[in-house]
Amino acid sequence: MSPRKFDFVLTIGGEAGQGIATPGDILAKIFIRRGLHLSTYNAYQSLIRGGHIFLFMRVSDQKVYTHGDKMDMMLCLNQDTMDRHLERMLPGSTVIYNADTIEPGPERDGVQMIGLPISDLTQSRNKLIQNTVAIGAVLAMLDVEFSILESSLTERFQKYGDEVVEENVRVAKAGYDYANEKFEPYSQPLPATSKPLAFWSGNDAIAMGGASAGVKFYSAYPMSPATGVLHWMAMNARDLGIMVRQVEDEIGVANMTIGAAHAGARAMCATSGGGFALMTEAIGAAGIMEIPTVFIDVQRGGPSTGLPTKTEQADLWQALGASQGDFEKLIVAPVSAIDAFNTIPEIFNLVDKYQCPGMVLSDLLISEGHYSVDPDDLDMHPVIDRGALITEPAEANGYKRYEDTPSGISPRAIAGLEGYVHVVATDEHDEDSTLISDEFTDPLIRRKMVEKRHRKMSTVLDDVPAPVLEGPKDADVTLIGWGSTYGVIHEAIEILVERGITANHLSVKWIIPFHTEAITEIVNSARKTIVVENNHSGQFYRYMRSETGLSVDGHIRKYDGEPFAPLHIVEGVIEHLGTETDVYVPDEALRA
Amino acid sequence: MATTVDVAERDPLPQLTAKDYKSDITPDWCPGCGDFGVLNSLQRACAELGLRPHEIVTVSGIGCASNFPGYFNAYGMHTLHGRALAVATGLKMANHELNVIVTTGDGDGYGIGGNHFTHTARKNVDLTYLVMNNQIYGLTTGQVSPTSREGMKTKSTPFGNVETPLNPLTSAIMNGATYVARGYSGDVRQLAQLVKGAIEHRGFSLIDIFSPCVTYNKDNDHPFFKQRVKKLEDDGHDESDWKAACERAMEWGDTIYTGLFYQKTGVPTLDDREPVLKKGGPLATRKTGLSEDQVKKIIGRMM
Repeated sequence: MSPRKFDFVLTIGGEAGQGIATPGDILAKIFIRRGLHLSTYNAYQSLIRGGHIFLFMRVSDQKVYTHGDKMDMMLCLNQDTMDRHLERMLPGSTVIYNADTIEPGPERDGVQMIGLPISDLTQSRNKLIQNTVAIGAVLAMLDVEFSILESSLTERFQKYGDEVVEENVRVAKAGYDYANEKFEPYSQPLPATSKPLAFWSGNDAIAMGGASAGVKFYSAYPMSPATGVLHWMAMNARDLGIMVRQVEDEIGVANMTIGAAHAGARAMCATSGGGFALMTEAIGAAGIMEIPTVFIDVQRGGPSTGLPTKTEQADLWQALGASQGDFEKLIVAPVSAIDAFNTIPEIFNLVDKYQCPGMVLSDLLISEGHYSVDPDDLDMHPVIDRGALITEPAEANGYKRYEDTPSGISPRAIAGLEGYVHVVATDEHDEDSTLISDEFTDPLIRRKMVEKRHRKMSTVLDDVPAPVLEGPKDADVTLIGWGSTYGVIHEAIEILVERGITANHLSVKWIIPFHTEAITEIVNSARKTIVVENNHSGQFYRYMRSETGLSVDGHIRKYDGEPFAPLHIVEGVIEHLGTETDVYVPDEALRA
Repeated sequence: MATTVDVAERDPLPQLTAKDYKSDITPDWCPGCGDFGVLNSLQRACAELGLRPHEIVTVSGIGCASNFPGYFNAYGMHTLHGRALAVATGLKMANHELNVIVTTGDGDGYGIGGNHFTHTARKNVDLTYLVMNNQIYGLTTGQVSPTSREGMKTKSTPFGNVETPLNPLTSAIMNGATYVARGYSGDVRQLAQLVKGAIEHRGFSLIDIFSPCVTYNKDNDHPFFKQRVKKLEDDGHDESDWKAACERAMEWGDTIYTGLFYQKTGVPTLDDREPVLKKGGPLATRKTGLSEDQVKKIIGRMM
């Protein structure tokens, strides 16, 4: 990858209700239409008014994997933002604020303070209008021609009428001209490439992955941070012929999904940890009834209600232990938005093949982050393989739903076909679905059916790629992560290399099936191994140890609700290399 | 009519009889269990309607009554405790051409599954809900249920039930069910006609069925019901009048009414209201994969 020539982080801070999303969206669209790469992260709270919202938008001419460590420009919509974050601004950076309502903090060396006299500039009483003035100032500082902003504002506000468009354009121009006249522009103008990019969130990516996989039934109960999947589905359902149901609770969601899947539709549902807990009994039901269904858990800070709007990777053991008894299942933790998009069709093919539930572990960081994406990188027509699915009627043929085949996979007839009448049951059952528990629980039948279901998974490991070691083989340090830490470890390694430390990266995505051999080989040939994960107890490490028997040299863990930034990991590695450290827990405030 | 298989238009098929819906499995209900009458009624109703076994799916939860799908020759799903309505809704939405009949008990349907009962009625999902109400938890050997009478002594209420029982009929009417009836398994002839009416009805139909537990409920046994049940039609009842229906449903004494309490026709069902089902047949059998047009729309919204 070529080095980033332009690498700029804009932050916007304020309280809920101040309309941070609007300038965020307008700026994001301007950036991606210029072909710039984008990664955003929004630190927010579970409330509709008040609190502190802080949006990071990192823009670059090259791919970015995280929202980064630094801030080049900060837009303060309230005093709180100024008070909280000014001390983290570095020389060369700029702070933009409403001079009418916000007191600038103590002067900082090399930090340019741009106070906008909002009332003078706008002659307006509309409180939200300060945001538009500020966008004008931001783009002036980045040397973007005003006509681009003018057309963005027109597009954004035209639904409210000409008057609103005119007012926004007028005040944006006032902010733009004022900043141009009075202040030093950012050291580099905003670049442009010839190819516009698209913009999506991780939840959009999950929903789109479902749509491309042929999902026809999606149900959910609203729960942060998974609700975005429901919103995307609801918005696009009619165009795509997908039925979307908001259900009374997640128990209903999961069971409805199973019903739709049994009828033959590809069906999925998404929730967060608490809703997933309610779904778990149904996941076991899909296991014993052998109905292919996909359950998505977008993890947030736990336990219980925990941190509704913060990120964590602490539901791994919940997924591993979801539902009572032994049953066949798949668990995957996508590493990024685009990986989530590609993973959904992949896991659908696998659950169809193996007739079992599949669980996808995303988290707030992936799901609610917004990213640029090149539309050409999106495979909207992935292979759809329904496995041993019978969809055509036949003469009566003695069909047994749970036939004890050599592979363990019993051809599955969809409900409603002539010639294949059968019952499916959550009680243990024989090949022909007869329940075995009612009169005489036949140990031989029980054993046969347990082994049949288990046997069908014997080929699954070949169907998912083994994790590979990224980076030089003989590096000083091997960083091991899973799921959403892929991007931040990748960028941490870029920084480590600059500091003369070589590191490589083992990112694990498939939890079940688990590539024990490949992982063992990589870990055994590493010089120093550190597991990085966004939880307190080292959930992935404990799982890896249970599957491989291996231990590692150190841990970097974060469980304060915020995601890792690259420097958190860099400092952790340095600490581990220099001293006897078992678990390094970075301070969130650690920034460039 | 709930079935979208047009009986009149297809080739004549041999007339089915009740025994065509008998599965190979002998029910393990106790001798004298009320559920036998319910099984018999559904078999008769399906035969009279000419539904083929593969056009029917029975969905149940857990409990004595929920063993029903195994004994009925049709597609069946024996699901989790309390969840039959949720599973059935998903099944019906993915294939609205199926005749979906939910067979459950009072504990499964009104207790642990109470939330789904409320919401499935509200949505007017085109399902037939047969609740074998024996006012006791039988499979767990006799504990109080949501429909056990006040004062009833059970293993979990050895000194008498202190709670008020739920009224399934008024609950269903208030929640938006569009066909609400009560049957008695001791009167298979009446019950079969109620079941037939429920299957034919487009919308959410509840039949609360007195299905006495001969083993664990000594309070509400056949003699109890035989002395009290009275057919609504014998007293003149207008089933379009929801207030009269509720009044009759609240009566519980020397006279306990059975029959069709309430029916409202012409209310759009969930599948009627669902724009995605307007054309293209059942979701389950539609072709998968996005068209170029659809892809263009999706990507366009991201730019």
